[in-house]
Amino acid sequence: MLVNERGTGTSVMGAIEVRGLTRRFGSLTAVDQISFTVEGGCIFGLLGPNGAGKTTTISMLTTLLAPTEGSATVAGHDILHEKDAVRRNIGVVFQEPALDTSLTGRENLDFHAMMYGLTREVRDARIHEVLDLVELTEKAEILVQQYSGGMKRRLEIARGLIQHPQVLFLDEPTLGLDAQTRRRIWDYVKQLNRSKGVTIILTTHYMEEADYLCDRIAIIDAGRIVAMDTPARLKDLLGGDVISLQLNEEGHTFATYLQTLPWVKNVTSMDAHITLTVEMGESRVPEIVKLGQNHGVDVVSVSLRKPSLEDVFLQFTGRTIRDQEGGVMDHRRAIVTRKARR
Amino acid sequence: MIEGVAIYVLWLREMKRFVRAKSRVVGTIGMPIFFLAFLGLGFNRVSFPGLPEGVSYIQFLVPGIMGMTILFSSTFAGISVLWDREFGFLKEIMVAPVSRVSIVLGRIAGGATTSMIQGIMILFISLPLGFHLPGGSEIFFALIFMGLISVIFISMGLIFASNMHDIHGFNLVMNFIVFPLFLLSGALFPVENFPVPVRILAYLDPLTYGVDGLRWGLLGISSHGPWIDVGVLLASSILMIALGAFFFERCEC
Repeated sequence: MLVNERGTGTSVMGAIEVRGLTRRFGSLTAVDQISFTVEGGCIFGLLGPNGAGKTTTISMLTTLLAPTEGSATVAGHDILHEKDAVRRNIGVVFQEPALDTSLTGRENLDFHAMMYGLTREVRDARIHEVLDLVELTEKAEILVQQYSGGMKRRLEIARGLIQHPQVLFLDEPTLGLDAQTRRRIWDYVKQLNRSKGVTIILTTHYMEEADYLCDRIAIIDAGRIVAMDTPARLKDLLGGDVISLQLNEEGHTFATYLQTLPWVKNVTSMDAHITLTVEMGESRVPEIVKLGQNHGVDVVSVSLRKPSLEDVFLQFTGRTIRDQEGGVMDHRRAIVTRKARR
Repeated sequence: MIEGVAIYVLWLREMKRFVRAKSRVVGTIGMPIFFLAFLGLGFNRVSFPGLPEGVSYIQFLVPGIMGMTILFSSTFAGISVLWDREFGFLKEIMVAPVSRVSIVLGRIAGGATTSMIQGIMILFISLPLGFHLPGGSEIFFALIFMGLISVIFISMGLIFASNMHDIHGFNLVMNFIVFPLFLLSGALFPVENFPVPVRILAYLDPLTYGVDGLRWGLLGISSHGPWIDVGVLLASSILMIALGAFFFERCEC
């Protein structure tokens, strides 16, 4: 189905082609000259903090918002000139709830399915299928205003899947869901992608979500794409493994020394804690411990991990995602405040 | 391009909401009932200038209050797009693969049905207050006029909703647009009693022709004649639907 649709004159195009897409609100540039291509059958992630321009991008690609500049095609159709054709081929799960709370769960799904022109038998079968997936079968006849936040979210995801779209947009699909439901949704998204070839574009600010689901990720910050690649290659960009050292005392001088070594990259230190990036970390650990002893510091514990997307984000934007949201204080800020106190 | 299914879905949604939101119905017909009861009973023994021979004030008032009910509930039905936007549901409708015209028509179909039901409720409530219900065929004409009034003011509500950014402008519209339209329409007293400048304004108000048409349908009396009423209302309906669809299509939700 996907191949047929794209075969009509636009065979070389991806499922989504974005060229120089820009959206300004007054003096604020929410989305700034972004371009990317999503191959058919991929799961593509837009990763970034709140306010980075992810939702604005999704609004433009789903024909709800006109771009200020630039253009894009979705499923081979232009988002400005072929809005109806775009709408017929996509499914959207919005970040904000978009349910009619004075209708029951089943009515919300049924009305949606009717809008997409599905026959009664198909509607009944699909509704049964998606209700089962999000475990809302027993609550289907209850008014949505009596649903909890998580239940509403699950119902919306169910709704976005009913019409079996060619391209599915998921704007923060698992925001506010418990770990168990999140996992189920992830697995279903993957399965949907694999078995039906649905192209999926999702936005998220959960690193592990982007890492687990996406074939390719664009890191978006302040309306611009700052990096774009597969999760594995993005992490490889950092060059190696992340080693965390716990020392018996404050280790600033040792950290400064480590920085001078040619095989060490990106050293950060806080109190008795040092984080550094090195290639082939396993083989370097004994040497680092020995170097510590030469400098009169004892390494109490060592942990070694592969870089996460969080590290990648930090590398490209100089901030962590949590940092931008005013959440937990991260390492960098902790160092800054310590220095200020001295 | 007009999709029947989409219109039906939006109409059905409105019906379900109407049946479930009893407080909303009571809220919208509450005020017309007060107007009907207090003005009808209070002025019943007053000899009103300008009333046709043999028509009591309550007879004259009931079509006017029906027009008022339809005006208020229709404007509300149109402007309630704002609430859909506030609660996010508008996005769900806007991203559906149906033409914007179908969305507007679906909204009009749903709003017109609920408005007409409320108008008919007023008619029944007026019976114990001394209103005489005429024969069947005339009620049919009254229904046509009720439908036309609904279409015009739902479209008007849509135009306002499409040009407003939040729900705060709602009271402004109700107080400075809808209430004057009601008072100018001759719902409470004959338009001929106004001084000339006000009378001109009254003739620019589509509801004037709607109320006149309702009086013709229900009582057999009319100031302009039913054909003028139908003509003006039909032309206004087409114009307002076109404007409503234009503004609705243009707004970014």
